[in-house]
Amino acid sequence: SPCLDAKVCIVGGGPAGFYTAQHLVKVSDVSVDIYERLPVPFGLVRFGVAPDHPEVKNVINTFTQTAQHARCSFHGNVRVGKDVTVEELQEAYHAVVLSYGAEGNRTMGVPGEDLAGVYSAKDFVGWYNGLPRNSELRPDLSCETAVILGQGNVALDVARILLSPVDILKKTDITQHALDALAESSVRRVLIVGRRGPLQVACTIKELREMVNLPGTRPEMEASEFEGIAETLKSLARPRKRLTELLLKAAIETPGEEELERRNRAERAWGFRFLRKPLEVLPSTDLIRAAGIRLAVNRLEGDGEGVRAVATGEVEDVECGLVISSIGYKSLLIDPAVPFDARKAIIPNTMGRVQQTAGLYCSGWVKRGPTGVIATTMNDSFDTARTLLQDIGKGTLDVSTVKPGSQGVSALLEKRGVKPVSFSDWEKIDSEETRRGEIKGKPREKMLDVGEMLQVARA
Amino acid sequence: MARCLYLGSFLFTKIVNTPRISMRVKTCLIKTWTPHSQGKTAKCSTFSNILIKINDMYSSSGKSWLLTSSDFYSLSEEKVIIHFINQDGIRTTTAVTEGQTLLDVVVNKNLDISGFGACEGTLACSTCHLIFDKTFYEKMEPTVDEEMDMLDLAYGLTKTSRLGCQVTVQKWMDGMTVQVPQEVRDAVGSKGNQ
Repeated sequence: SPCLDAKVCIVGGGPAGFYTAQHLVKVSDVSVDIYERLPVPFGLVRFGVAPDHPEVKNVINTFTQTAQHARCSFHGNVRVGKDVTVEELQEAYHAVVLSYGAEGNRTMGVPGEDLAGVYSAKDFVGWYNGLPRNSELRPDLSCETAVILGQGNVALDVARILLSPVDILKKTDITQHALDALAESSVRRVLIVGRRGPLQVACTIKELREMVNLPGTRPEMEASEFEGIAETLKSLARPRKRLTELLLKAAIETPGEEELERRNRAERAWGFRFLRKPLEVLPSTDLIRAAGIRLAVNRLEGDGEGVRAVATGEVEDVECGLVISSIGYKSLLIDPAVPFDARKAIIPNTMGRVQQTAGLYCSGWVKRGPTGVIATTMNDSFDTARTLLQDIGKGTLDVSTVKPGSQGVSALLEKRGVKPVSFSDWEKIDSEETRRGEIKGKPREKMLDVGEMLQVARA
Repeated sequence: MARCLYLGSFLFTKIVNTPRISMRVKTCLIKTWTPHSQGKTAKCSTFSNILIKINDMYSSSGKSWLLTSSDFYSLSEEKVIIHFINQDGIRTTTAVTEGQTLLDVVVNKNLDISGFGACEGTLACSTCHLIFDKTFYEKMEPTVDEEMDMLDLAYGLTKTSRLGCQVTVQKWMDGMTVQVPQEVRDAVGSKGNQ
């Protein structure tokens, strides 16, 4: 088999990297090495999935199996682009798959975005999920109203974490410092603001249902924002129809007695606001913090898939002390040797083959853009793996030469004073986090500091 | 009577353990000869006890035996035949016991369906999406909201779709065919829906 001594390197130890590796080792004889910048694997499954969604993290079990496969090995604490270049990886391996995701975020591009109290959802989520670079975020939760820009699942996760009873959160793997901050939080009202209308919300029904059922909270929305929506229901496909029905129910339907009582007792409120686009974050009198947000009022033009938001000229100010922009993640260029489409913020490719560069492939968000759930990335990664194997089969990817693989890279890293973390080293970190969590009745207490992770890994 | 039963069960076990005879024939034989859990008579339970004794005799004598004791125990339970068609149109037939979910079946029988059951049956994904024939679909327990919510996100959703982790094998499903959405790759190899 031509694959027998073929060596493939994957850059990025998140779902895309692991699913690409999984498919490669399952259906062929290639060997796969996964390089990950952090000492800990799993990417957004660890740092993105909300703490109160532990079942979604079950995929870690299949990733663990892959990492423990004889022909797969994990190398954490290696920064591709800094500790080793993509060119050097291409010399050491027959093929390199770029699966490093989207570590940046789209900015609103409005004045006041740099004021205290304004955060990207990516950083806010990283903060409560223990991403080392967000450990010092210290968001100020001393205001009453929070405004979230964006209406996708990440926006709903943020809203839910801001309003969830602490008694629920304290049993999850949310970081201790976030739990402490949320316990002291004054936030009582969360507005989830989108440019377009109710039929264009990007969130899915499971997340909306969780908001509707969130203990201690009530929905607060303007009936006027839903004019004409009920009439469209019969023409909608089932997923959008059910989502819209639930939204209408929460927003404008008169609740039954029990629900009415529950809402009257609720101390926290949430609601969608539509047809609003941020123009400026308004500063406090001392000009340091956010005190409000100025929104442009839109109207919709066109219909179906082509619906667009168009400014009406009207403007609206909303008082708030916390602004979280949840308008999308963004991939970054990590190495000049890699072609990059700066406008779309993805690596230009055809079915996972990086354009104009033999032996280079990509999978996951860096290939398709930062949308979709884990299963989307899974299918995409399988596709890239298939493309790669097809190329070996056709001979367009030459695996006949002898390549040094991880041995070659290890030599370079050693010279540069970089010590990779193996999967069994990660398992020491994993055990320690689990042990610390057990004491508090949590699934784990995540380490926030890379130095500490490395210490435990080397013990 | 006892001698006839002994001979019959001896022949039966020999046939069941001959590799050249197809699984399909053996499955038919097992279903015909093995006692049903309903209408069990003293005669039938003696029969299955004899099967088990024969098996143990052969096992302890060191002779190679294609079915283990636990296979015999499970063989005496009713088997339901279910056909699975994977993403490439390849069909696999399984004989399974009642009570497990279709996700359990795919996992336990190690069926070749790519990326099936990512969240391990916790209603946190839609990768165990299966498409059923209308007649079987209509006989199943209605879908609850939580399943429908995840099903709504499934690739290739149909009017007779369910999540495999929420469907439990029952006797009346005998002979049922389930399939995952078919993938069609066009000339340049990009995926489309059939």
